Amino acid sequence: MNDYFHSVRLISNRCKGCVSCAKRCPTEAIRIRSGKAQIIESRCIDCGECIRRCPTHAKTAVTDQLADLAGYAYNVALPAPALYAQFSAEISINEILAGLLKLGFDEVFEVAQAAELVSVAIHDYMDRPERLRPVISSACPAVVRLIQVKFPELIEHLLPFNAPVEVAARIVRQTCSQKLHLTPDQIGIWFITPCPAKMTAIKQSNDLKSAISGAIGISKIYSDLLKAIPSISSEHTVLQKSTWQGIGWAMAGGESGSLHELNTLVVYGIHSVSNALEQVVMGKLSGLDYIEALACAGGCIGGALNVEDRFVAEHRMKQRKRKMPFGQKRTLQDKPTGYEQEVLIRSKQHAVEPKPVLRLDEDIIKAMSKVEEIEAMMKRLPGFDCGLCGSPSCYTLAQDIAQGMASETDCIFKLREKVRDLAQTMIELANKLPPSLDKDTS
Amino acid sequence: MIKLKDNQKILLEFNLAGSAFDLAGEASSKIKRVLQQIGVATEVIRRIAISSYEAEMNVIIHACCGVMRAEIYPNRTEIQVEDQGPGIADIALAMQEGFSTAPDFVREMGFGAGMGLPNMVRCSDQFDIQSQIGKGTTVLMVINH
Repeated sequence: MNDYFHSVRLISNRCKGCVSCAKRCPTEAIRIRSGKAQIIESRCIDCGECIRRCPTHAKTAVTDQLADLAGYAYNVALPAPALYAQFSAEISINEILAGLLKLGFDEVFEVAQAAELVSVAIHDYMDRPERLRPVISSACPAVVRLIQVKFPELIEHLLPFNAPVEVAARIVRQTCSQKLHLTPDQIGIWFITPCPAKMTAIKQSNDLKSAISGAIGISKIYSDLLKAIPSISSEHTVLQKSTWQGIGWAMAGGESGSLHELNTLVVYGIHSVSNALEQVVMGKLSGLDYIEALACAGGCIGGALNVEDRFVAEHRMKQRKRKMPFGQKRTLQDKPTGYEQEVLIRSKQHAVEPKPVLRLDEDIIKAMSKVEEIEAMMKRLPGFDCGLCGSPSCYTLAQDIAQGMASETDCIFKLREKVRDLAQTMIELANKLPPSLDKDTS
Repeated sequence: MIKLKDNQKILLEFNLAGSAFDLAGEASSKIKRVLQQIGVATEVIRRIAISSYEAEMNVIIHACCGVMRAEIYPNRTEIQVEDQGPGIADIALAMQEGFSTAPDFVREMGFGAGMGLPNMVRCSDQFDIQSQIGKGTTVLMVINH
């Protein structure tokens, strides 16, 4: 069960054992046990929904920190475009990037630049006759994991490219090791991330080695960055190289923005994404060319590790867009050379494997009788989905019972029924006296 | 509703109501979930999901009511859909891609593209259709696991 690394964790002493997180989890990965919300690791997709829902902030995401830079000779920051949305549009992207350098990074490379590259590549890919319809974006790691866990039949529909951040890291690793003559383990490449799923995606491939060294949550770096920015002189060298085509990826619709002549669907919010994928499985959305699916509401600006409210963030991004010069869009003509090399294409080693968790038993006959058991149990359970048993719904409790991980009396209503029946039997017994004492019968 | 008649098969039965677009896909989703639970190959699940969904939608679009029955065996799934509806006048014509008698309001919702029956044939290993004008239509599909 422990073949997943997860960045989403429980801060046990903050958890009061309520079911808020469990009920919102899109893969039913949380159970309350001994008063704490435990995560079933094989089911968790690190979407961060529980972090957002928890009223006592007991769910968190483990990310790296600035102190970890000390382990490397040369450090490069890869800021997600969502970082720009955390600051007022008065603060230029240049200033934000210069701020990162002040915090100890030797170089910055915007993930937005890599996103532009991927945009161009998607454009090309959509012309290929062999592609399936619809193609599903592979940019959001939580969506990719949702597909692995819940919709393995759609893996073939995933865009066969690395997410922009991985592309960025590969470019940086190539160029840095060439120009600085450093060994790969001397170069620290740090993603400034808006979400826990990206962190997981990096740590996941330990033996396969993602090109990224680590990820630092935006919320973790924000306060230092905010303090560093005012001291930056306005004549700082121009660091920003990205255009709106890449920066736009921070928001839902940005990725498919350059595909307007195609039939594209933009869907965000992990539950809505799940519904849309369900329809793809049924063959209902076969008329579509492309699905941009993002786990967080509004896209990456809605990620659980941002500091700014997503509507405010969206507003700021729109203001930024207005300030940006026109005509900077990368076109198919200035396609970077060799862009289809290992930088972009997901290698066989990094192939997306199915990780289905719904299967009840390796043996199909046993699995079938477990299905029967679940359905029989569903007739007995009250169907209130109250969650007091520790499973998020009556159906998941029935599943847990069939799997031997829970028992019927975990249901408070079933327990009460049992107690009532017992009490009744007790009263009946209490009324019974041995004939030697029973005066009424004389 | 599920009944495991003997240890060899799971029977799922659903009552379908014509025009109940709000419930569209519920039955097929449930069938798909059970198939995932028993560990049928993903590619096979996909074919069963598509064919059962198309059959379910046909009842909702064209008929007044119907029953969908899925019998899941370890090695195959059989889906039978029996409706009370207008029936199909020319089955051979209805089987052609793009042929549709769906009313305009249904097409506006994105249904009724005339791909329903051809998709069902494409996805199933055995396919049978019987229809009587004014009475209804019965479709039987077998998909091997």
